Amino acid sequence: MNWTATIVFVALFGLVTALGFFAAQWRRGDLGLLHEWGLGGHRFGTFVTWFLLGGDLYTAYTFVAVPALIYGAGALGFFAVPYTVVIYPILYVVFPRLWLVAHRHGYVTVSDFIRGRFGNRWLALAVAVTGLVATMPYIALQLVGITVVIGALGFPGTGLAGDLPLIIAFVILAAFTYTSGLRAPALIAVVKDLLIYLTVFAAVIAVPMQLGGFGAIFAKIPAAKLTLPVPPPGTMGLYSGYATLAIGSAFALFLYPHSITGILSSSSAGVIRRNAAILPAYSLMLGLLALLGFMALALGVGQLAEYADGFKRYGPNFAVPALILAIFPSWFAGVAFAAVAIGALVPAAIMSIATANLFTRNIWREFLNPACTDAEEAGIAKIASLVVKVGALFFIIFLPQQYAIQLQLLGGIWIIQTAPSVMLGLYTRFFNSWALLLGWVAGIVSGTWMAATLAFRGAIFPLHLFGLTVPGYAALYSVLINLLVAAALSLAFNAVGSDRDVTLNEDYA
Amino acid sequence: MSHGGSVGPVGGARHSAHWIRLILLLPFLAMAWVPSYNAVEPRLAGVPFFYWYQILWILLAALLVAIVYRVEHRSAEA
Repeated sequence: MNWTATIVFVALFGLVTALGFFAAQWRRGDLGLLHEWGLGGHRFGTFVTWFLLGGDLYTAYTFVAVPALIYGAGALGFFAVPYTVVIYPILYVVFPRLWLVAHRHGYVTVSDFIRGRFGNRWLALAVAVTGLVATMPYIALQLVGITVVIGALGFPGTGLAGDLPLIIAFVILAAFTYTSGLRAPALIAVVKDLLIYLTVFAAVIAVPMQLGGFGAIFAKIPAAKLTLPVPPPGTMGLYSGYATLAIGSAFALFLYPHSITGILSSSSAGVIRRNAAILPAYSLMLGLLALLGFMALALGVGQLAEYADGFKRYGPNFAVPALILAIFPSWFAGVAFAAVAIGALVPAAIMSIATANLFTRNIWREFLNPACTDAEEAGIAKIASLVVKVGALFFIIFLPQQYAIQLQLLGGIWIIQTAPSVMLGLYTRFFNSWALLLGWVAGIVSGTWMAATLAFRGAIFPLHLFGLTVPGYAALYSVLINLLVAAALSLAFNAVGSDRDVTLNEDYA
Repeated sequence: MSHGGSVGPVGGARHSAHWIRLILLLPFLAMAWVPSYNAVEPRLAGVPFFYWYQILWILLAALLVAIVYRVEHRSAEA
């Protein structure tokens, strides 16, 4: 048990808990209304949105898993960097339009937009359910991040005593999300980011100093891990795999409900555009952080006896915690671990709020109780956010961690199937809503099938094309099938009739 | 007023896509062209090319977005 680190960890955790409850008073609004509780009343300017989206998109699991992937697989794990290079042009071009039309019509979720834009409640339901199902395992994965650092503090990994710190962290998270809504993660994100930046810069400076510079670190890495393998004849190998993984993930990212919630909570379309230029500061940090995987490898933490138990329990995910324990004094390890754990609370809170918004607006109000008052609506959302978190907690405690990882992988393939409706729906009225719904079915089925042929262990599907094998991200391949089906059927369906669109052209500019 | 039935662009003529936005395609092309950067040499301060080149593109892409922002917001003011 590492007491110094644990005390620092608990103190910082206590600080953010207090902040989470205090947030209800911040930029005060009527928390009995869904757009106040679930979107912070659209009050967040450039600065707060920067922290909020940064805390939302660069999750704790990213901080643990990206270096872990580099540690295990080498260069392939670096795909997170080109992925974050291409997300911001997408954010800049597409999502200010969504903000504008959402603001004009009071849309709280992306399914609200689909409902208004196409007048088809079933397509809206499909988009809402996809968001819910894709986000649940993502919340569970945030808990994996917390579990790993709690283990690194020296808590026993098994039994009730092992689960207790995680349960306490989640009760705290649930309580402040319930009372303060989106204001809580927005305020906590500021603390979280300061801690994360501090940790990453300390590591990027301290480790090369101890190991004799980056040259010495990379000299210790086997050559096969430094670059992608050159594809043999007849296949594009990891070249196409790497590129499609980066670009496919980028198109999926902003379709996740927690991303949309972060975007819609900003106070203007200009805030989103400005953030597309300044959010890359986080990508820079992610790029440096990814290199920690190589640093852990160069330091040989996997061979040190004191970390053998951690690696046995958490696999490569233990690489970064082990590196932190190996090079920093205990008190700073406490800071770093608190950064990861708090870094899990922020996205977990936003994800649970986003799924609660979806459930309340697009399932409960739309299908179950259309006559509900605004106050009832906000009350249902608060309860839904609790249910979602309890579900994620049960998932992590009672099911193997591998399930959460595999489901999250599938979640990426599923969420991208909403791209034609959401993204193209912002630009053209060519697509018919029933055609989009059938395209969505085709995409979900084909994408899931591709993942099944890979035994749900990976997402790079070997597509055979005229004698050439083009391995590529299953999400990208399946959304192309989706798009083809939607386009072909739209041609046919548009001849018969058209959707009832309540949005006007000037709503988008 | 075109809505509710017409098949065509959303936003109509008022949505004038700025030509400057085309430079936002560059990050996609650069990152998709994996063979152009799958190399160890030249290193920068000991870091292999593969890594520093992609990190450099984080900065370049941010710069391109900032340029588009400046151009569009200047023309919006004019």
